[in-house]
Amino acid sequence: MTETVTDFDVGAVRAQFPILQRELDGNPLIYLDNAATTQKPQAVIDALVDYYTQCNSNVHRGAHQLSDEATKRFENARKTVANFINAAAVEEVIWTSGTTEGINIIAKGMAQRLKAGDEVLVTQMEHHANLVTWQQACKASGAQLKVVPIDEQGNLSIEAFDQLLSDRTRLLAMPHVSNALGTVNPIVSLTAKAKAKGALVLIDGAQGVAHGDVDVQAIGADFYVFSGHKLFGPTGIGVLWGRKAVLEDWPIWLTGGEMIATVTYEDATWGALPNRLEAGTPNIAGAIGMAAAIDWFQALDINAVKAHEQALLEHALELAKDIPGMRIVGNADNKIGILSFVIEGIHPADIGFLLDRQGIAIRTGDHCAQPLMQRLGVPGTARASFTIYNTLQDVDALFKGLKKAAMMLA
Amino acid sequence: MNLPSTEEIIDDLDFLDDWEQRYQYIIDLGKQLPGLPDTLKLEQNKVRGCQSSVWMVSEENAGRLTFKVDSDAIIVQGLLALVLAAYDNKTRAEIQSFDIDGYFAKLDLERHISPTRGNGLRAMVAKIQGLAA
Repeated sequence: MTETVTDFDVGAVRAQFPILQRELDGNPLIYLDNAATTQKPQAVIDALVDYYTQCNSNVHRGAHQLSDEATKRFENARKTVANFINAAAVEEVIWTSGTTEGINIIAKGMAQRLKAGDEVLVTQMEHHANLVTWQQACKASGAQLKVVPIDEQGNLSIEAFDQLLSDRTRLLAMPHVSNALGTVNPIVSLTAKAKAKGALVLIDGAQGVAHGDVDVQAIGADFYVFSGHKLFGPTGIGVLWGRKAVLEDWPIWLTGGEMIATVTYEDATWGALPNRLEAGTPNIAGAIGMAAAIDWFQALDINAVKAHEQALLEHALELAKDIPGMRIVGNADNKIGILSFVIEGIHPADIGFLLDRQGIAIRTGDHCAQPLMQRLGVPGTARASFTIYNTLQDVDALFKGLKKAAMMLA
Repeated sequence: MNLPSTEEIIDDLDFLDDWEQRYQYIIDLGKQLPGLPDTLKLEQNKVRGCQSSVWMVSEENAGRLTFKVDSDAIIVQGLLALVLAAYDNKTRAEIQSFDIDGYFAKLDLERHISPTRGNGLRAMVAKIQGLAA
C-alpha cells in the first residue's frame, strides 16, 4: 500500500514538520509517540521565533509599543482558543502550564467545597493527573472517591456509572479520551447525567482536543482542560476552560502580578476573569505558539483528519493479526488512533528498545496509569499513537520493526 | 555462570559490527544470567526504573562484593550482565576505580546508561558504587 485511503494529503502535512526529516542511527524517524507529545509544524516554530525577534515584552503593562503589541498577540491568542473550543466568552479561557496545572487549579478550589460525605466520581482509565489529584483532595476533606469501572475492551461501564452517580456526587472528573487505551468516552451524555445531579463536571481533554472538534458548550461540562503540546503547540502552555459563572468566584490559587486589583499593606482585592486565575508573568510565547498551532490545525479538514487517523488504526489492527502472541489492550467501540499492546512472553521495554534502535519512537510502560494497568493485569504496554502526519508506511515500518524485535527476543 | 571479563565483552562487541548481532549478544548474555528467585524479588531489593523493574542483592565475602541481579526486561538483564562483568566479585577499591562510563562508551552503549533513560541501569550502578564507598 503506498497511498492513504482518504483524499487527505499526508505528504503536504508531513512537509510542514521539519523534525520528520531527521534520521536516527541511519534510519528515518518514525514518530509514533504522539499521545505523549506531538511534533511542531513550521508555522508554530515561526510564531515563536517571530515573537522573540519582533515583539518580546511583558504583557498588560502597556507603557510602550512593544508591550502593547505583545499584549495584543497574547490576547488574540486567547480569542483563538475561545473560538476553537466554542467558548461562550473569551474570559472563560485561562492560560495554564498544561492539563495537570488546570486540574490542580480546580482541585484547589474544590478542596474548599468538599466535605465528609461528599463524593468525587472518576474512572478506572484515569491518567495519574486526574486521579491522584482527586484521591488526595478526598483524603484531605473526608470525601469519598468513587471509581467507575471499565470492561475488558476498555469501554466505560455506563451501568456502573449510573449506579455510582448520586446526590452526594460533587464532581465528575473524567477523560475525554483515554491516553493508555484510546477509548473515546460519551462525555456529553455522562456530563448531562452528572449535571442533573447537581455535580460539577471536569473533562480532561489532554488526549481529546487534537482528535476532533471540541465544542465546550455542546459538551455542557463546567471545566475542560488541555495542553498545547499535544495539539502541535509548544510545551509549558495549556488551557483551563471554565464556565464563566463557575470561574467568576473560583478560589484564587496563586497570588501576585496581574491577578491583583488593589493592594494595601493590610489587604488585597482580586481582578476579574481571566486575570484573577493567572498570577505572575504568563507564558506569552507559549500562548502565541499555541494559537499558531490551532490556526494551523483548523485549516485542515477535521473530517479528513479523523478518517486518516482511523485508516492508520485499522491498518495497524489488520497487521497486528500477523504477530504471534500480540494482544491489543483497549478495543473500545469508539477509539482514536492509539494502539496499546503486549506481546506474550516479551516485556514492553524490550520492544521499545529494539524499535528505538530502528528509529521508531513509541512509548512503553504504565502510561502514568498504574491502577489501570493493574486492572488490565499487565505490567505495562507498548503504545504506538498515530496522528495526522503519520502514514500507512509508518504503520508498516512499525510492524516490520516489531517482527524483527520478536524474532530477536524469541 | 561465568561472565566474560570486560575485556572479552569489549572485544566481542567490537567484532560484531551490525546492531542486530550486537543486541543479540546482549540478549543472549541476559538470558544466561541466572537471575533471582521470586523470594528475593522484594520491594526492598528493587532499584528504581520506570519502564522495567530491576532487583539486586549483594554480599561481601573476604573483601569482595558479589551481586545477583534480575530484570523483567531481557535487554536490561543483558545490560546488567555487562555491568556485573565490571563489578561482580571485585574489591571496593576495584569497583571505585572502574570507569563505567568509559566502558559503556567503548561498548558504544552509552545511551543505555545515560541518566535520562529510565531503565534502572544508572540507579543500579549508583547503588553498587554506594556499597563500595
